[in-house]
Amino acid sequence: MSAASITTPAGVARGHQYRRSMSRDRRWALRWSYFFLTLFAIFFLMPPLYMLITSLKTSAEISAATNPWWVNHPTLGNYVELLTSRQYLTYFRNSALVAVIVVAITMLISVPAAFALSRMRFWGSAALATGVFLTYLIPETLLFIPLFKMFAAFNEYTDIQLINRWWVLLLLYPTLTVPFCTWIMIGYFASIPKELDEAALMDGANYRQILTRVFIPVALPGLIAATIFAFTVSWAQFLYPLAFTTSADQLVLPVGIITSLIKGDVFNWGQIMTGALLGAAPPLIIYAFLMDYYIAGLTAGATKG
Amino acid sequence: MARKSTIAFLMTLPLILLLALFVLYPALYSIHLATLNKSMERFVGFGNFLFLFKRETFSMVVEQSCIFAITAVIFKALIGFVVAHFVHNIPARGQRKWRGMLLVPWVIPPAMSCLAWLWLFDPSYSAFNWLLDLVDVGPVPWTGEAYWARFSVILVNIWIGAPFFMIMYLAALKSVPEQLYEAAAIDGANWWQRLCYVTLPMMRNIMAITALFSLIVTFANFDIVRILTAGGPIDKTHVFATWAFRIGIEGGDIPLGASVSLFMVPILTVAAIFILRDINRRAGEMT
Repeated sequence: MSAASITTPAGVARGHQYRRSMSRDRRWALRWSYFFLTLFAIFFLMPPLYMLITSLKTSAEISAATNPWWVNHPTLGNYVELLTSRQYLTYFRNSALVAVIVVAITMLISVPAAFALSRMRFWGSAALATGVFLTYLIPETLLFIPLFKMFAAFNEYTDIQLINRWWVLLLLYPTLTVPFCTWIMIGYFASIPKELDEAALMDGANYRQILTRVFIPVALPGLIAATIFAFTVSWAQFLYPLAFTTSADQLVLPVGIITSLIKGDVFNWGQIMTGALLGAAPPLIIYAFLMDYYIAGLTAGATKG
Repeated sequence: MARKSTIAFLMTLPLILLLALFVLYPALYSIHLATLNKSMERFVGFGNFLFLFKRETFSMVVEQSCIFAITAVIFKALIGFVVAHFVHNIPARGQRKWRGMLLVPWVIPPAMSCLAWLWLFDPSYSAFNWLLDLVDVGPVPWTGEAYWARFSVILVNIWIGAPFFMIMYLAALKSVPEQLYEAAAIDGANWWQRLCYVTLPMMRNIMAITALFSLIVTFANFDIVRILTAGGPIDKTHVFATWAFRIGIEGGDIPLGASVSLFMVPILTVAAIFILRDINRRAGEMT
């Protein structure tokens, strides 16, 4: 009753006007936002777009110095050539094999470890969790030289050659993926209510059953995020394969494109761009379909824990 | 009870072995390597480090690594902050699409996108120079001259890294309770005051930790410089990682290469200490 008496016609009009100017400001803010977002989107999407443009050109058109941003005679010749070239397919197969196996190894190591570290307190478990996180902060650029020497020394003692074998990457990539995956899985497991595993224990489940029947299904989003992370890291890694593999049949995609498609000073840009675009496709496709998990994995590292 | 901790230990054993064998041991081993001579037969103590201090290229590498990392992180943070605000501004149903588009540079493997940039920077067919030529500017020697080459590698690093900052800052922006802005609006705060007294204090933690993470990754960066300039022209764009690779793997001087990469440790340690402090503090808040 009293509220109604306060709202005089003048008050209503003023409020209305106020709201209208607010909404005008809001509209302008929105226009500027779209304007700048478009500018940034152009900046961010230009290189992949340019890859696509170049990949559709013939070498003749590229060297003719016509408008580089336009394709006059689009052709899929570069794609056909690369996808039938045994060498490129070898790189692709090596990359795919390495990435898939590394994802499997990573999950087999980090899921049980994260379970133990988040639920079963034991001597040194807290220190170990911190240690895992710290190893994530050690960059591979610090380790490749001593690793190179270690492998050479290992060869001397045991006669097993590790350098220039693609499968040596299966030993090295997990050091890049396991710490982060373990870390985010600890976060996801820790968010599962204790009552759940207590109930399972009560029903006579053992630890393996708790992990496979309770924790993994409940923390599935985290598991997917960690899998995506492990895959993209292994697919993109450049330094280790560059340092440890050299012959053409042992190379993975990033190094393969750079060392084989660039022949001396002759750059076949049409093919390089095609190869790079096809190489960028698997992570992009995964990202397109599982964007929310991808982003959850990205932000989990810093916002959880 | 003893059995439980044994099981737990066994579950973490693969993790411990992996990290001990391929992270911890090489890290310590590189300190040992750094004290040997080139043929790795003789102990030379700090000889490699003293040799490095006398080399002009080395001081250039230190300088360039610092310029590269600091400039890139500052611009990544700025662009990420601004873009996150723009995305946060627009209606919620459009945000997903924009966010999806703007994160693309982070998703493409750096080695692949650097090739695209290398082609955009090509001395004779540069697509940028073609555009600049339309307005009668250029041609710009993107990777040919020391100054421009330094600019180019930083630009590419910003291009790859800014989307990551954007995503982190956007997540932080979303976590600021709407009521705080309403309260500030009622108190008559303008947008600048809302930014300074509501948004920034609420985001401070995530901003700091993202910047520290990025500082580590940028400081240790290898791919971009290696592919775009390979350190050239005349070693002007080398950072620690690429120079260590040049000396240690390509030049065959493993001890000297190990010494070069060890110079990354101090700054990494400082960043790591700050990150760890933050994490411990938040863990303390939670329990």
